[in-house]
Amino acid sequence: MEMGFPILSIITLTPFAAGVLLLLFPAERKREIRITALAAASLTLILSVVAYVSYDMEKAGYQFVEKFTWVDTLGISYYVGVDGISLPMVLLTGMVMFTGVLISWGIDDRPREFFAFLFILATGVFGVFVALDLFHLFFFYEIAVFPMYLLIAIWGWKETREYAAMKLTLYLFIGSVLALVGMLAMYFISGLGTFDMIALENADFSFAFQKFWFPFVFFGFAVLAGIFPFHNWSPDGHVAAPTAVSMFHAGVLMKLGAFAALRVGVMLLPEGARFWLPLIIFLALINVIYGAFVAMMQRDFKYVIGFSSVSHMGLVILGVATLNPQGITGAGLQMFSHGAMTALFFACVGIVYDRAHTRDIPSLGGMASKLPFVTVAFIIGGLVSMGMPGFSGFIAELPILIGLWNAGSVTSEYFIAPYYTWIVIIAVVAIVITASYILRAVHRVFFGEMPVEFEGHISQSTWRDKIAIVMLAVVLVALGVFPGLMAPLISTGAENVMAVLGGM
Amino acid sequence: MNEFIMQRLLTLILFAPVVGMVAVMLVPSERKQAVRWVSLVASLVPFGLSVLLWVNFDNGATGFQFEERAEWYTVIRSSYHLGVDGISVPMILLTTLLTPLGILTSFGIQDRVKAYMLLFLMLETGMLGVFMALDLILFFLFWEIGLVPMYFLISVWGSPKGEREFGSGKRVSARYYASYKFFVYTLGGSLGLLLAIQILGLVGGSFDLIVLLDKWPNFSGELFANIPTSAVRSAAFWAFVLAFAIKVPLWPFHTWLPDAHTEAPTAGSMILAGVLLKLGAYGFLRLVLPLFPQEAHDAAPVLAFLAMAAIVLGALSAYGQSDFKRLVAYSSVNHMGFVVLGIAAAAWVAGSSDAGMRLSGTLATTGVVLQMFNHGLSAAAMFFLVGVVYDRVHTRDLDELGGGIWQLAPAYGGILIFSSMASLGLPGLNGFVSEFAIVRGAWPIFSAVTAVSMVGLFFTGAYILKGIRQVLHGPRNEKWSHHEMEVTTREKVIVAPLMLLMLIIGLWPWWITSVINETAKSLIG
Amino acid sequence: MSIANFHPNDLLAILPELALVVLAGVIMTMDIVLAENRKRLLGLTTAVGSFVIIAAAVIFSQPNGELIWGGMISNDMVAFIFRLVFIFAGGITALLSVDVKGVAHKGDYYAIILGAVVGMCFMALAADIIMLYLAVETTGIAGYVLAGYVHRSSRSAEAGLKYFLFGAATSAVMLYGLSLVYGFTGETNLTAIASVLASGKVGISVILASAILILVGVGFKIAIVPFHFWAPDVYEGAPTPVTGFISTAAKTAGFAVLIRVFITGLTASEYWLPILVALAALTMTIGNLLALAQKNIKRLLAYSSIAHAGYALVAFVALSELGVAATVFYLMVYVITNLAAFGVVILVSRSGAGEEIAGYAGMSRRSPYLALAMLVAFLSLAGMPPLAGFFGKFYVFAAAMKAGLVWLALVGVLNAIIGLYYYLVVLKVVYVSPPQEGALAIEVPRAYSFALVILSVGIVLLGTAASPWFEWALSAAQGIF
Repeated sequence: MEMGFPILSIITLTPFAAGVLLLLFPAERKREIRITALAAASLTLILSVVAYVSYDMEKAGYQFVEKFTWVDTLGISYYVGVDGISLPMVLLTGMVMFTGVLISWGIDDRPREFFAFLFILATGVFGVFVALDLFHLFFFYEIAVFPMYLLIAIWGWKETREYAAMKLTLYLFIGSVLALVGMLAMYFISGLGTFDMIALENADFSFAFQKFWFPFVFFGFAVLAGIFPFHNWSPDGHVAAPTAVSMFHAGVLMKLGAFAALRVGVMLLPEGARFWLPLIIFLALINVIYGAFVAMMQRDFKYVIGFSSVSHMGLVILGVATLNPQGITGAGLQMFSHGAMTALFFACVGIVYDRAHTRDIPSLGGMASKLPFVTVAFIIGGLVSMGMPGFSGFIAELPILIGLWNAGSVTSEYFIAPYYTWIVIIAVVAIVITASYILRAVHRVFFGEMPVEFEGHISQSTWRDKIAIVMLAVVLVALGVFPGLMAPLISTGAENVMAVLGGM
Repeated sequence: MNEFIMQRLLTLILFAPVVGMVAVMLVPSERKQAVRWVSLVASLVPFGLSVLLWVNFDNGATGFQFEERAEWYTVIRSSYHLGVDGISVPMILLTTLLTPLGILTSFGIQDRVKAYMLLFLMLETGMLGVFMALDLILFFLFWEIGLVPMYFLISVWGSPKGEREFGSGKRVSARYYASYKFFVYTLGGSLGLLLAIQILGLVGGSFDLIVLLDKWPNFSGELFANIPTSAVRSAAFWAFVLAFAIKVPLWPFHTWLPDAHTEAPTAGSMILAGVLLKLGAYGFLRLVLPLFPQEAHDAAPVLAFLAMAAIVLGALSAYGQSDFKRLVAYSSVNHMGFVVLGIAAAAWVAGSSDAGMRLSGTLATTGVVLQMFNHGLSAAAMFFLVGVVYDRVHTRDLDELGGGIWQLAPAYGGILIFSSMASLGLPGLNGFVSEFAIVRGAWPIFSAVTAVSMVGLFFTGAYILKGIRQVLHGPRNEKWSHHEMEVTTREKVIVAPLMLLMLIIGLWPWWITSVINETAKSLIG
Repeated sequence: MSIANFHPNDLLAILPELALVVLAGVIMTMDIVLAENRKRLLGLTTAVGSFVIIAAAVIFSQPNGELIWGGMISNDMVAFIFRLVFIFAGGITALLSVDVKGVAHKGDYYAIILGAVVGMCFMALAADIIMLYLAVETTGIAGYVLAGYVHRSSRSAEAGLKYFLFGAATSAVMLYGLSLVYGFTGETNLTAIASVLASGKVGISVILASAILILVGVGFKIAIVPFHFWAPDVYEGAPTPVTGFISTAAKTAGFAVLIRVFITGLTASEYWLPILVALAALTMTIGNLLALAQKNIKRLLAYSSIAHAGYALVAFVALSELGVAATVFYLMVYVITNLAAFGVVILVSRSGAGEEIAGYAGMSRRSPYLALAMLVAFLSLAGMPPLAGFFGKFYVFAAAMKAGLVWLALVGVLNAIIGLYYYLVVLKVVYVSPPQEGALAIEVPRAYSFALVILSVGIVLLGTAASPWFEWALSAAQGIF
């Protein structure tokens, strides 16, 4: 266990330190506040990239590990490390944080508090992705969730922000405290006296125990991933949140749920996962289809994206639920791809909304002439979203579908195996539905005639906006064209999961 | 240097348009003329390279040539694997030929020129990729990616007039309606393809076509619990067929085509009819016949019947149109019907023990590829010529045109008649050669269907003559006399290579059939 | 006790209490000597004195775990921690009082606070039921006086009276329970009582009855359901610093008694445990549910403090080392956090914005740092990391889970959600609602900002580097099992 440069700790704690530092600024020094925020975000991004490229794929496994005792008597440690699944998430978080700061440049109401809370949130997110200790994971998980309330309630869309923020917070906390109870049960029943997840992987929980506690842990976290029927908070939250927060929220936080559900639920209670598999698959399938259909029905631009997230997160959960390396690799890729895509979407929606002051799709139009960058970026996001080959969405969905086929092939031992064929066929239909609503949004918002009332009001996007959206769009395309940039890494992570699941 | 190019020729052809895109991007968008010329030059590079490919292609060899292989998506065992044979080489040539012509045609576009040109070049890469890919995932990638530029070409630069109503009762512009229908139809059609490809991958442990050609047709083990393998196999077969049939388009999956063709900008229609439809037919030849010989054999009569329906009904529908462009659009349904007829014939006799039948099959297959090429030329020319008139008078309605344009534009009249004759299948021009080959090949296999199709050919003559009459003939049309109706030099440059090729193929088809022949033989076995 | 048994170290053991008495004397003297315009020094001296006493206690009065003063006092770690907490709470309360009208310039006010602290210290120290009762009464009487201190305010007077009536009645009941214990065991020393009970000579009904009777008295102190009715009214009516003091230190002292009596003394837990378990669940739930409807910040904090007593009780009923440690740790956290919350409340009501929650509207625009302190305090109460409350709750639920009380842990975590809801509602007003017309920044005297910084840093410290504090609490718990 090497103890080199503590890169993960620095990545995790930099945003928090920056957040505290920002709070010490005088409130009226807004420019300095923004620049400091950008500097911190850049540093974090650079370090995430460094971590990403310096991960040794040959060795695989957990790397950049750091471990310090936290609460000795209970076996709690500050224990971080990344593998092939969490590392891309760290990179994603770095990207979303950086672009989020750029997009939020124009926030004029208490920017100090805004960036401080946003950064505290970012620390929470990083902390979860790098956690190798259950307590550590939960600690940061909670840190990641509560600033959301303030960010939405204070800076969100006036119409629904208080309602949406409270709904979101309560949903997520109910989930997380149930997961906490499950985690404590694991801790005590294992008899190992440690929260070390790698140790707990070998805890040999009885089947009855796993069967009982798996739903607590898995669904507790999966609420944040927006699993049906606990998805209700998510579109409301997305819509009410200010742009950068929507980006963070849909881009990273929902992944947090899926990630934790995988890491804690599936990896620590594999037998339980197998037992509950049919239900999970069924719910995820509903996510995929229902989310897409509802998105199709929306008039509000942002709700379209919100529900599309519900649909796409369903694919992530489907991938996890295959419990085979292809599916899990796909889930990992989909998490990254959807994260960057949806951040891009929300950035675009935010830029349009900032100028048009409406998100009602039928009353928008002709934005392409004024906002060509945004148009192209949104189209790229849309293509990713509909799983168009050549873009990261395809690269991600493909292994998930392949994983589902594999799970349903005769070599599979599950009793639901025969139904996988239908599941995959149904899931794939969502692609067409997605295409239809994305095309509609693209057409109605960006092309066609610009309504008269917008003439002269729609200013060009700023260079900061451009940097942000270009960065996200480039990543989506690059990943789609060169899946080798990420897929092999994630597949080492999936192998890691398989090693825990064992003999499948 | 030469060695370098030869070893990577396909990659170079495939990505030359992408490099061109980068070059176009660097030109400021206000400098429209510069954008146009850069695009044109960029599109000539792949053309030059594919002529090189054509020249260096070994006609006598079987199997794939110019193969390239590189790691791509290792996690799902898909690789970057390219290669060409006698079916793909003519298609590549056709694509790289029509693209510069399309770009040249689009010089009149004024709105967002840069974006238009970028999409056009992207479209070229998409099409080329399909013809080169030897990995199913790669094939699917290029198959789908071509939809995107075409969608935008239609929805943004399509004909600005007209309104259509969605099923939900919402009124939208006709071009949006058409592009939407095009996109969703094709995307929907290819979902099955995607799933079927995955099933194949499950069996082959790879998506490499070479591997799958070996493993999949001989696979007999159990695949899914409770589902017989034969059912899986036939589901996969029909998924493939559906995806390709929509693209071809085969009756009754053709309804997107008239809308899309009509609403697309001229160059878009040229590419759409010239190349995109061929992707479907190519899919049949490249994947369906070799991968599913048994299922294809069983389904051949059905395909033949549908092909017949496409020929007859396509022709009748074309005759019924009063919109010039729709007329030409329906003619594509008609002509592509022959392609499918030939494919059905080939499917029926592939692997047959009867040498005579095999010979007919080979002939039909060669005819199919040649017909694809020919239709590419003539359809592009026809759409171009429709565009020329529309450009001047902004109507395509045959009644409104009122005929009598020949007197106003004699050169135009000549070109239109020449192209129409090629389309009609006048001996001495290209259309005749390929349709004859198909009909000759199919006759001993599906006599009745072929006979009825021949009747369809009669209607072909009817609608083409109707088009010519209503546009050209009649007394000098005074309504348009103050318009400059005659073709310009640029337009002559566009249509000249097409006409030249129509004539050459009509007179001396050997130069192209020789390329196709060996592959056709090996396909029939 | 004879002189021969006396050991000088025994004096050192109660050095903090002696020093507190001296400090009270000093304050009274200063009250006479000081000119009116320098009376602010009274509070400051009390605070500084308290902190000096804490330092001295840490240096000179480390516990040795022995029974001293003839078995009256248990000089152990539990007592030590609790006493430091009480003295700290007293010092902070004094600091938070220095600019509050009606109490700020009164020497006797500070002296009574110190007196109450002494009483509480002996509640924690008591190893004998007689000592225990004396300490309870000392604390109680001081508390009644404090609650009614501003006798010109009818609400304060009402609060004092109510507190007194409830307190007197419940402590009488408790006394009856204690006498029952003495009557049947013949012992007053808790350890001795335990050994008599272990011999099985005392009937179930007696143990149960005395447990219930004692519980009435203790329940009043810690304000658990159903002995909680006084709390909202008293909290609302009492001067705000006193409310802070009663809701933190006095409650914690009650838990000290609970630990002493029920873990050291009435060891026959199987009889009374189910009652306490049920009360824990009820207390959390009812406290939280009632807090939901509150419009007055002090009443809200009153109900929330009832709920917090419930959480602490959840850990207690685990009846394990982990459980007691969690209780002690939870109380430490709770004292610091709640004092911070009351600190903010004091400042806001000083500014004239009143005690209605609506008066907090737009506070983050007017006084961003005060709003931040409130954010920290309330989120800690809600149990959010990286604040102290998170660890507090974590240990509590961990203890319950370890004891197999899964359902109680579930009730607890769901209650935490309800708590989160109403804390967030307050924070929403602070951060989201627009300020009222003409609302100015809230004045924060230096003493208060000092106190709030200390408390906030403490909250973050206990919420991140929780380990040493918890080890401390655990070593205390190990001492009594």
